[in-house]
Amino acid sequence: MITVENRIDQLFADRSKKRFIPFITIGDPSLAVSEELVIALAEAGADLIELGVAYSDPIADGPTIQRASQRALAAGVTMVDVMHLVSRVRQKGVTIPLVFFSYYNPVLQYGLDAFFHDLAACGADGIIIPDLPTEENEEASAAAKTNGVHLISLVAPTSNARISAIAQKASGFVYCVSSLGVTGVRDELPADLGQFLDRVKASTDKPIAVGFGISTPEQVRFTAKHADGVVVGSAIVREVEKNLALLTDPDKKAEGIGAVKRFVQQLTGALQ
Amino acid sequence: MSSLTQSQTTLPNEKGRFGSYGGKFVPETLMNALIQLEEAFADAQKDPAFRAELSHLLQEYAGRPTPLYHAARMTEVLGGAQIYLKREDLNHTGAHKLNNALGQGLLAKRMGKKAIIAETGAGQHGVASATVAAKLGLSCKVFMGEEDIKRQALNVFRMKLLGAEVVSVTSGSRTLKDATSEAMRFWVSDVQNSHYVLGSAAGPHPYPYMVREFQRIIGEETREQILKQVGRLPDEVIACVGGGSNAIGMFYPFLQDNVKLRGVEAAGHGTDTDKHAATLTMGKPGILHGSLTYLLQDEFGQVQEAHSISAGLDYPGVGPEHSYLKDTKRVTYTSVTDQEALDAVKFLCETEGIIPALESAHAVAEAIKLAPTRSSEEILVICLSGRGDKDVATIQAALDAKQERGEAL
Repeated sequence: MITVENRIDQLFADRSKKRFIPFITIGDPSLAVSEELVIALAEAGADLIELGVAYSDPIADGPTIQRASQRALAAGVTMVDVMHLVSRVRQKGVTIPLVFFSYYNPVLQYGLDAFFHDLAACGADGIIIPDLPTEENEEASAAAKTNGVHLISLVAPTSNARISAIAQKASGFVYCVSSLGVTGVRDELPADLGQFLDRVKASTDKPIAVGFGISTPEQVRFTAKHADGVVVGSAIVREVEKNLALLTDPDKKAEGIGAVKRFVQQLTGALQ
Repeated sequence: MSSLTQSQTTLPNEKGRFGSYGGKFVPETLMNALIQLEEAFADAQKDPAFRAELSHLLQEYAGRPTPLYHAARMTEVLGGAQIYLKREDLNHTGAHKLNNALGQGLLAKRMGKKAIIAETGAGQHGVASATVAAKLGLSCKVFMGEEDIKRQALNVFRMKLLGAEVVSVTSGSRTLKDATSEAMRFWVSDVQNSHYVLGSAAGPHPYPYMVREFQRIIGEETREQILKQVGRLPDEVIACVGGGSNAIGMFYPFLQDNVKLRGVEAAGHGTDTDKHAATLTMGKPGILHGSLTYLLQDEFGQVQEAHSISAGLDYPGVGPEHSYLKDTKRVTYTSVTDQEALDAVKFLCETEGIIPALESAHAVAEAIKLAPTRSSEEILVICLSGRGDKDVATIQAALDAKQERGEAL
């Protein structure tokens, strides 16, 4: 099967640059706002965007993303809506890699083959499934491969001996969970985070990105020393939450999007 | 009715699957903890000292074996099958939950953990975990939905009295599902110090297997007791199913016998409404809390809220082995409504002088329907999984509401 090279592979072909990866929950507070936010994030210098698919029981997420998921579910957002959004932003000229972040059950209920086919067809490049460890991902992995998209594997500080096996099987990039616990802003990252990231890096030639708990330009700058990409999720979602009044007011929506964009620019600025 | 073959009772397989159900669908952060738990449990099972200590505690501390009691008046009033009650309600702390909590508590200690965490619905597993933590000198944090904290005030107080911290969970439906999610989230953050004492035969492998192994004593004793008392096996065994730990503990030792097995789910306001917890009856396979199993969900895979008057059955998932036993038709799964369960509470109080837990009352309600259709030669065993002291406020409120509507009690 002939496909264009996956955008994630293209992005990380040049490892001299550090990549910034923002996350937003799609449909928080509405699909229309999320669409504009994706475009704004790309303009603000995002190198890859994680698109959170809302789920009723997000066990890897802290309160901030739980609330965002609830808002998106209340807005009636489904997996197909997220795919349609990707098609639209592609038509509007967004060319950076777009990666879904979804729990496994919505993917499973969609049907694995249909899901990965549609994921590729809408213009997305991969998916992160936080509750699908390597032992359980054989079928999903095969379906992703068939369709030319990446199923991104995660490693955690507790992975220890599992790191090399996961990293070797990894597709796209290796997502390193910075610390124990769920997603969400932390005052401090673990003291040995750098060593953990270096250990992952040494175990694979694939690019590595780090996420969970990273929220400030200082943290972005620090973690980027040990990784190819840095993910910021909850801090951006919190910024969306702070600006909900603006984002849900048709007359002030642009102002709200501007506020989120400026916040992200501070973070991308840390990598300049 | 089909009996399972030997190979089917040796499940789960090495991947933690019962047929296609089960597995380990959890964040990577937890994978090594589950693998270590699997190894520690296998190791403990092989250790005569561990088995002896557990057996000693079950006997001297929990009060096992619990009686198998011939409910003669209930039998007479219903006028059909001979009814026997397996009195798990007479366990220390008032329910079968202690069997598993003791086992996992000893295992936590063996693994060198200083803290345990637990989820609870009705509070029975929370009380059992708090009890074991006190007994073994571990700290204990219990996650409980805000809604259940209201429904089960007595058990909340008991847990605090026993020295546990009760964490109120305000996300989602504020019941057992969300308490379990929150307990798992906390475990992800504290996995190196704490052991998660999951109280149901649900969750990721090895929990469904391990909980069954700690609960199978219910069925093993029942089997031995009925053979001793009557000289033969029962015709049918009935147990309520929320996550399904008392049911799997009761059923498992009978899987290869010519004994009918019946699991009773909570139909809430009725399975024709959207307020029920009849997962096996109305759900379809999906993933919740780390396990592939029947699940109440919408067409997009979003988990739906369950409803039952009994907090312990108010759960949209079910243990994966039950999903397997449903598909293989070895166990029949039915459901009874809130009202039928309440009526059963009253019936058992008045005929036998036993106040059953609302959860267990679902099994009693099924027996009330079934017994009159059977001959007096037949033997029907009900797993009376817990006592109803914790439920008296809920029961009173329901009876008051009924009286206000002008209906007979």
